[in-house]
Parts: sequence; structure tokens; C-alpha cells
Amino acid sequence: MPAERVLPSTEAEDLLSLVREIARDELAPKAAEAEEQGLFPRDAFRLLGRSGLLGLPYPEEIGGGGLPYEVYLQVLEELAAAWLTVAEGLSVHVMSCYPLARYGADEQRDRWLGDMLGGELLGAYALSEPHAGSDPASMTTRATRDGADYVVNGTKAWITHAGVADFYTLMARTSDDGGNGISCLLVDGGTEGVSAAPRERTMGLTGSTVAQLRFQGARVAAERRVAQEGAGLKIALSALDSGRLGIAACAVGLAQAALDESVRYAKQRKQFGKSIIDFQGVEFLLADMAAGVESARATYLEAARRRDRGLPFRRQAAIAKLVATDTAMKVTTDAVQVLGGAGYTRDFPVERYMREAKVLQIFEGTNQIQRLVIGRELRR
Amino acid sequence: MNIVVLVKQVPDTWSERKLTDADHTLDRESADAVLDEINERAVEEALKLQEAHGGEVTVLAMGPDRATEAIRKALSMGADKAIHVSDAALHGSDVLATAKVLAKAIGTVEGVDLVIAGNEATDGRAGAIPAILAELLGLPQVTQVRKVEIDGTTVKAERETEEGVAFLEATLPAVVSVTEKINEPRYPSFKGIMAAKKKKVDTLSVADLGLDPAEVGLTGAWSSVLEAAPKPPRSAGQRVEDDGNGGAQIAEYLVGQKLI
Repeated sequence: MPAERVLPSTEAEDLLSLVREIARDELAPKAAEAEEQGLFPRDAFRLLGRSGLLGLPYPEEIGGGGLPYEVYLQVLEELAAAWLTVAEGLSVHVMSCYPLARYGADEQRDRWLGDMLGGELLGAYALSEPHAGSDPASMTTRATRDGADYVVNGTKAWITHAGVADFYTLMARTSDDGGNGISCLLVDGGTEGVSAAPRERTMGLTGSTVAQLRFQGARVAAERRVAQEGAGLKIALSALDSGRLGIAACAVGLAQAALDESVRYAKQRKQFGKSIIDFQGVEFLLADMAAGVESARATYLEAARRRDRGLPFRRQAAIAKLVATDTAMKVTTDAVQVLGGAGYTRDFPVERYMREAKVLQIFEGTNQIQRLVIGRELRR
Repeated sequence: MNIVVLVKQVPDTWSERKLTDADHTLDRESADAVLDEINERAVEEALKLQEAHGGEVTVLAMGPDRATEAIRKALSMGADKAIHVSDAALHGSDVLATAKVLAKAIGTVEGVDLVIAGNEATDGRAGAIPAILAELLGLPQVTQVRKVEIDGTTVKAERETEEGVAFLEATLPAVVSVTEKINEPRYPSFKGIMAAKKKKVDTLSVADLGLDPAEVGLTGAWSSVLEAAPKPPRSAGQRVEDDGNGGAQIAEYLVGQKLI
């Protein structure tokens, strides 16, 4: 049973119908095989681009869809229920557009943002490093000014879309002033000296490309720097607040898919002469899963509505990310339990959902970091 | 090149479809309603012809208020405007009444060169509307086509049936009905969705079209459904063990079922 949504407008309803149709007809049928074979679905992102779905939450004046986060996140959720790699990729793309959209100069936005938001380009977000994960201020990738350019050297890690992205939103060190020495650069994917390492062999999201990204003397024009030197970390953390909402929505979509599959199976699977959903032991498990999914959805939507009204939402975004991704882990694990032996096989999608759920607790700030953010907000 | 496309909102073939107990008409509440897929192809063909020859694409739907959703989808694909005939008196209309209403509604559009319809709807499956409509409008009918071209004032089409392929020509204006092979319909885009809400939709009643309510709906229908029952569930299949003559056994089974 698909999620029942209360949407703010007819256009939002029509948009969600379109997204469900694309998810059902174009994404869901291909997901299992592509994940099994590790095939990155570049075509799926082109389709999203043609459908105008790559810049939904940005203002229309700068080429976006002008949609509130409340609606955009539900689009992400529907996509995630069909294919997490695509939804997570869209979330990453949207986040990678954020620094330019929010902090870029008009001239920079006019020049680059149109194709990023309204075209078929795909973005990546290059913040983490092998030794700078939860502590991004310790990054060492360096952008050294040389005439009209920066020369970038260093290695970024865990970069979704590394090697396939058309542009990278890069955070690199421009001075040794700790967290104040980091700047944001918009790097073209074809820049000489930028290369992706072989893909990480991940537990889930195997259709997505995640790899280290190497910068070896890569020249990036200084006019591609977003905001002033040293503003990079603040921009990065601000982008993450919104990115976390994206991951929360992805987590709810994944959990909804696991719940739907579990209910479908529990109705049809018979033991002791009746459907297993008619045993209270299974029924209560399913009820808890449904309660988890719906409360996680309510949590991210509340955070989104705060964002849409211009209210502070850092704590709510961290809570939404924490609650939704822990819920996804629990619900997908329980889904495997409901399906029993079948659930443990690759003939059913729930074992994949369970593997995919794990990373949601790790990236865009581990769930320990989310608690740290929540705690810090409480202490203020 | 002004084109009218007939569209219909039907229960989603992905959901369970039922008839109401009261009057054996479609239970519209029981299933999700969508723009019929064959109509998406009809709209797609109209948009392609418009891209090549210019003009306006008008979508025409007869159905309850909720059919506006199907109309909006056609508009978000790119059609220019719409006519929605909605009237409680139309409930239970048969194909003859439906065609009469559609013919009158087409009459409200100026300078129509082509009417495009799907060959049959996925719910009623009568497949008769395009032909009846052509008769009522006094236009040539070019039905069941897999390919359409416009050459000046001539429409050229390939009609495909079980008997084979026929190459047809007719002078415009004409009524064309398309099959599933005609094209792959485009998805609407988000821009299309936003544009659709500003497009003109004329809502007309039976009286607006100058028809007598007694001519349409259940009262005006030439036939009535007295009884309806759901299809019995599928019975267990018959298993054939292949001991060397499996093929012959299957053939015997099919002959027994009068399938070959």
C-alpha cells in the first residue's frame, strides 16, 4: 500500500503521480539487476533531468522548480522506495547545487546554475577525506592560488558519483587557519588532474559509484570559488543540514518499500493453514514497522516545514536523520525476519534493503554526529 | 492543424477493478483512476503532428468531476486546452450516447482537422466510439492505426489488424484511432505540470451541448445490464508430464479447449 500523503497543492499531487509512475515503470523494474551487477544508472538521472526533477527545491528565478522542501522530500521518498541509488544520487546532486544556489554571486549563478538545476548534469559533493570524516575541519586537500587559478592537490574520500559527475562541489584548504581556512570551489568534471580511484566495494548501494577522488595539480579558475575564501566549512555544514533531510526522506522511502514487501508476503505466505499476517506475532511486527515508518515521515516533514518557513531547523534535521535512518535499519531488518528464509535470499529485495539501510546511518554525518549536533543545540 | 484528442479516465489496470452492485456500472471509488494509457499514446501522436504541422491540440473528456485529473495529465504532456463534459445525467451512458455527446462537444471547437482517439478504452473495451463518432460527424474513419502521416489535406495511415496491414488514405478532416504500436508516450515534465494549471479547461453540461438528458445516461442506453458477476478465480492448471509425447498431449489439450 503506497504512502498516503497530504500534499499542499494540485501541482504537488500531479508531480507525485508523475514520480510514482516513473518510479514504478522506469526504476523499480531495473533496480535489482543493476545493483547486483554494479551498474550505475546514468540514464535514470537523464530521465529525471528531462522531467525537470533535478532542481525542484530551488527558486524558479535561478532555474529551479520553486518547490518547498516538504514536497521535494516526498519526491525523494517515492524514488527511494523504488531504487535507493537513484534517490540518494538525486539528494547528493541537490546538495551539491546548494552552495552555488545559496551563496554564489549572481554572475556565477547565471553562468552555471541553469544547467545544474534545469538540465541533465549530475553533481557530486566532495567534502570527506580518508582522514577527515566526522571532523571535516582537519582536511588536507589544498587549493593554492596561482595567478587567476587555484591549483588543487589532495584526495577526497567516499565521493558519491566520483568519476561520473559533471561537476564537483569541492571543499579544499586555502589557508592553515583550521575550520576558517577552507573554501568552496565548483570544479568541472572534465578538469585535467581530477580522477576517480576504482570504486569502493560497498555492502549496499552497489549500483552507485562511491570512490576516492584525486586532485593532482588540477587547475580551477578562481572565478569558480563560491563566496569568499575561508567560508567553505560554514557553507559545507549548512548544506549538510539540508542534505540530512534528503537522507531522512530516502530512509523513509526504503523503509516503506520494506514494509510493503513484508505485508505483501505475510498475506500470501501460509503456515498452519492460514496467512502468517493472521498470527499476532507477525501482525505486531508489521504494526511496529508501520508505526516506525509513519512517525519517521512525520518527523522529517516537520523539519522540512520549518525550513520552508525560514525557521531554524538544524536540530530538527539532525533528529529527522537520526530517527529515520535508525528506523530504516530496524524496519529492513524486521522485513528480512518476516520473509524468513526467503528474505535472506537474493530472490527477494529485502536483504538488499537491509544492506542499503546501513549506510544511511553512516553518511551525511554518522548518527553519533547527529546526536552531537542535537546535544550542542540543546546546550545553547 | 487543429487536433482534438479524446481522453478517458479509467481505473488503473494495476488495481482491482469492480462494478457497483446498485446499477452494474463502473465502481469509480474502488480503484485508482488514471488517464488511459492508449489515450496517452493518442495525445503523444497529436503532439508530434502539432510539432510537425503547427496548430492547436485540444483534449476532450467526458466523465465525472474527478476526470479533471486525467485532463490535467494530458495538458501537462503538452496539449493546449481542454473540454470537460461533466454532468450527472451522463452516468451509465452507452457508446451511442457517449459518441453523441463527444460529437456535439467537438462541434464547439473551431476548424478541427483531425480527431484522434485510442482504439479502445481499457475499461469498457467496446472499441466502437471512433467509428460511431465518425459516422455522426460525417467524417472518414481511419481506425486501428499504427502509423499516421499528414500530407497536405490527406491523412495517410497504416491500419493493423489480425488479418494484416492495410494502407489507408482519407481527406481531412477525419477521425483516427490508434493502437498500442503507434508510439511511446512522453512523460510530463515538472514544467509541463506547472504550465497545465494555467491552461483553459471548458466544462460543459449536457444542456450546454443542446442535448436532452433523456437521450443519455442509463435512461437513454439502448441496452441494460441485468446481472454481473466477477470472473471465477482461476482453477488449478492441468499438468502434463513429458514422457516423449508432451507436445502431442499439449496439442490435444488445446484442441479440447477449442483453442486450435
